[in-house]
Parts: sequence; C-alpha cells; structure tokens
Amino acid sequence: MKNKGEVKFWNGSIAIAEGAIAAGCRFFAGYPITPASDIAEYMALRLPQEDGVFIQMEDEIASIAALIGASWGGAKAMTSTSGPGFSLMQENIGLAAATETPLVIAEVQRAGPSTGMPTLVGQGDVMQARWGSHGEYETIVISPSSPQESFDLIIRAFNLAELYRVPVIFLTDECVAHMYERVVVPPKEEIEVVERLKPNVPPEEYMPFKPINDIAPMATAGMGYRVHVTGLTHNEKGYPMTTSPEVQEWMVRHICDKIRRNEPKIRDIEEYRMEDAEIAIVAFGITARAAKAAVKMARRHGIKAGLIRLKTIWPFPEPYFDNIADSVKKILVAEINYGQVKLEVERSVHGKTSVELIPKFGGEPHKPFEIYEKIKEVKNGN
Amino acid sequence: MEIRFAGYGGQGIILMGNIAAKAAVLYDGKNAVYTPSYGPEARGGAASSNVIIASEEIDYPYVTSIDILVAMSQLGYENNAPLLKDDGLLIIDSDLVRLKNGAGKVAKIQSTRLAEQLGKRIVANIVMLGFFTAVTKVVSYEAMKKAVLETVPAKYKELNEKALEIGYREGEKWQE
Repeated sequence: MKNKGEVKFWNGSIAIAEGAIAAGCRFFAGYPITPASDIAEYMALRLPQEDGVFIQMEDEIASIAALIGASWGGAKAMTSTSGPGFSLMQENIGLAAATETPLVIAEVQRAGPSTGMPTLVGQGDVMQARWGSHGEYETIVISPSSPQESFDLIIRAFNLAELYRVPVIFLTDECVAHMYERVVVPPKEEIEVVERLKPNVPPEEYMPFKPINDIAPMATAGMGYRVHVTGLTHNEKGYPMTTSPEVQEWMVRHICDKIRRNEPKIRDIEEYRMEDAEIAIVAFGITARAAKAAVKMARRHGIKAGLIRLKTIWPFPEPYFDNIADSVKKILVAEINYGQVKLEVERSVHGKTSVELIPKFGGEPHKPFEIYEKIKEVKNGN
Repeated sequence: MEIRFAGYGGQGIILMGNIAAKAAVLYDGKNAVYTPSYGPEARGGAASSNVIIASEEIDYPYVTSIDILVAMSQLGYENNAPLLKDDGLLIIDSDLVRLKNGAGKVAKIQSTRLAEQLGKRIVANIVMLGFFTAVTKVVSYEAMKKAVLETVPAKYKELNEKALEIGYREGEKWQE
C-alpha cells in the first residue's frame, strides 16, 4: 500500500479523470455511454476549474476527431467511451496512428457484442484495441486493476502517448471503473509528466514526420511551423505520396517499429508468486484480482501457482512469454471473453507449454473459486 | 468482513455502502472496497451495495458470503439471507422486514419510523448506519460521523448528524 500523499476514496472513473488532469490533460471531447459516462461527467465538472476544455460532441466519431485537432493544437487530449462508441472511433484511431497524434482513449469495457449488456462487465475489446482500424499500425494498450492503478497508469498512458506520438488505449472495465477504494495521490512534484518533443530548427528545415531516435519532434499550431497533416500515405515532410512504394514501406515500418522496438520499455507486468510457479495464471483488469485470490487459495493447498498480471497488453510482451514458457508447466489465461489474450499467449510460447483459457460469460467477473477449480483440475491432470 | 446493504431503490442503500467504506478508508485507516450494484433502473426495484473491510489487502472486491446483512426491505432480506454466514449478523428495519423461521443473530431497529419522528423519512438510511456502527463496531462512530458529514449537503448536516446519533443510541442498547 502506498502511503505518501493524500488519501482519497475514489472509484476507477474519478481516478482516471483526476489522473488525466494530473498528467496535463486539458481537453476532453466525448459522447455519453454507459458505463463510461462517469468519466465525462466528472471531466465536465473538473476541466473548467483547470482552465481546460470539455466538449460534449454529437457522437464518438466527432469526439475522437476533436481530440486529433486538439492534440495538433498543442493540448493533451482524452475521451472516454465503451464498446459501441469505441467501434465508431476506429476510423479516426487509424488517422491518429497514421498522423502520429498523441491522444488517450479511456475505454470502459462492457459485455458485448454490439450494444450487448450496457451495465455489465466484459473484456472483449482486447483485439479491437489493437486491430480495430484498417491497415498496419500499432497502439499501446494499458489495463488497470484498481482505482489506484487507474490514477497511476492513466498518467503513464499520457506519458507514453506524448513520448511515442501514438494513440494510447486505456482499456479498463465496468468493474474497476465503478468500484471505490483507497487512492493515494502523490504530491504534484513527485508525479512524472512527459511532454512531447518539439522542434527547435528553423521553419524551412522542419520535417514533421522525420524521426530522431524513433520519434519526430511535433510542431503544434501557433509555433510558426507549416505542417500538413493527412491520413494519406505521406513522406517525412507530411506530403501525400500515394503511389510511392518506398514511402509507404518507410511510413508503415516507422509507425509500427517505433512501438515494436520499444516493447521492453513499454512492457509493464506484475508477477505474484511466480518464483517457483508450475502453473501460471495470466489475467488483467478486474480478472487479475480474482486470479490473485485463486493463486492464494492454490498456495494454501500446496499447489505452486503464480499470477502474471498484464498492466500493458499491447504491444504484446512476446519475449517475456517465450521466456516464461521455459519455467512453467502450464499457462491458464482468465479473461471475461471467449479467448483473446489467450491467443497471443499461445502464439508467444511457441508450443513450449500448453495454454488454456478460463473464459467468462454473462457480464460478470470470474469468482476466485472458478479459477481455483481450474488450477486444481490442471494440477490433478499433471 | 463482508457487508451487504439491501433494500429498494430510493432508500439510499447505495449511499450507505459508500459512506461506510469511506469511513473505514479515510477516517479509520483501514482497507475497504465498495461496489454498488449497478442496474439500468434509476429508482425502484431491488438495490444493494457491498462493502468489504479488512486490515490486509483486498484481492477480490465482491461479496461472496455475507458477515453482516443490513436489510431495509422484505425482498432485500429474502434475496440475501441465504448468503449470510451461519454466525453472521442480520440487521433489519423491523417495520419493513418480517423474519422467517430459523433466523440466526438479529438486531432490529425501526429506522424508518425514527427518521419520520425526526421529520424526514429520507434519513432512515443514516439512522440505520448509526445503529449499524454501534452494533457491529466495524468502523468507529467518529469515522462514520465524519464520513456522513462529508457526504451530505451542507444544509442537511445537522439533520443527518442527529439521525446518526439516534441510530447509534439505539444500537448501544442492543444486546446479543
């Protein structure tokens, strides 16, 4: 438990909003949707107090479009939504990725598909958060398991967005967003806040998409630089080059590799009782809390189980799992869907260990004993 | 310690859980998690809120078996009594809940009637929280009072403080 700082009693939604403000977010555009509206409602109250801007847009397509504009205007920008709204945002997520625009989308997952079960939890948008828009691109996807982490990790989400000029998806869920718990807010000066790299060359020399060590400095409106921002395939100057194979290859490699190359730095995994674990449970978000309780039950019964909790899901930590596969006999993946992270784990272990899914349906989180029963079954099958 | 407050929408059931957990976290320095039951209705129907209070880290934030059930409606009692542990404590508004045979440890208060005597039926939940505080001692009276006062609108502070105290006095009389 953290102790230093001011103790608050917040739910995950408030923690996201306050964390975003602490990270420097001063622009929010969104459209109400259960169970994500709490974040927008809270931002509508708080942002004007911080000289920020809150706009309720006509829909989610406009919301993310406004974020892209705000970001090029120099603001740190966020929206919040849930599955159906996230689907509507996909086209412009591609635009943000192609134009290397830093922004943060807080996605409070509910049970799908389609409009599904608006008030009940799901974790079915893991693949969508990575692959939802067309063409080749990368995103960073973060998953918190508590209100405290909602605060801490939304700050990281903004920092990574700024650092890598990339849309970051903050993939939380209805359970974590609505549960209230202790949140310790550190003193302002102890919160690390990253600002995007800005150009310092004369305007005639500036190239808005020419990377220096992976990332291009980003000029924003009013700085005196001319910038052309387009979703069309563009060169380092930002000019459309829609028939050049070389430019398309360069651009796609660049927007993907700046994330892929830095996966070890972006990676954020918490291990619990993994030191001698034979059976590893992989979980994220609310599910990780049931999984941790299940690991404790297993340990009490002498079963060597451990928990791998993903705080970042994308870029997927392939090398980590390739390595873990050498030391565990079995990996179980618990998620509130019909198998998404499970596929990635399976791909990453290269057949060295078997991977099984503990799915969950019905708009409810797993109960600890459901995961424990599966651990026991696997143990007895050994 | 797993606690469920149950009643119908409009009684302030959700707020009870929020205040109790807030008291534990902010003013008693304990760990607590509060989860509202979150349905599509704004009012009416069954409502419940759940609180887990512990001195150690809380992994799973949901109530699986109940140590203390506070029931302010017949449905809230009947729906949740099967989840109450054998040695668990049932707290009821005795004007609103008729007990079935075989109830274990029970503490009764006429919280709604006492609130009406204060002139505001709406503070029945705070009367009940006062009673709950005295009977269970899971949070201190001081912590609960601070949490109530921090939560309610300024012009109703006095009323709520009185409601809490009345409930607490009733609770002090209760004996197992």
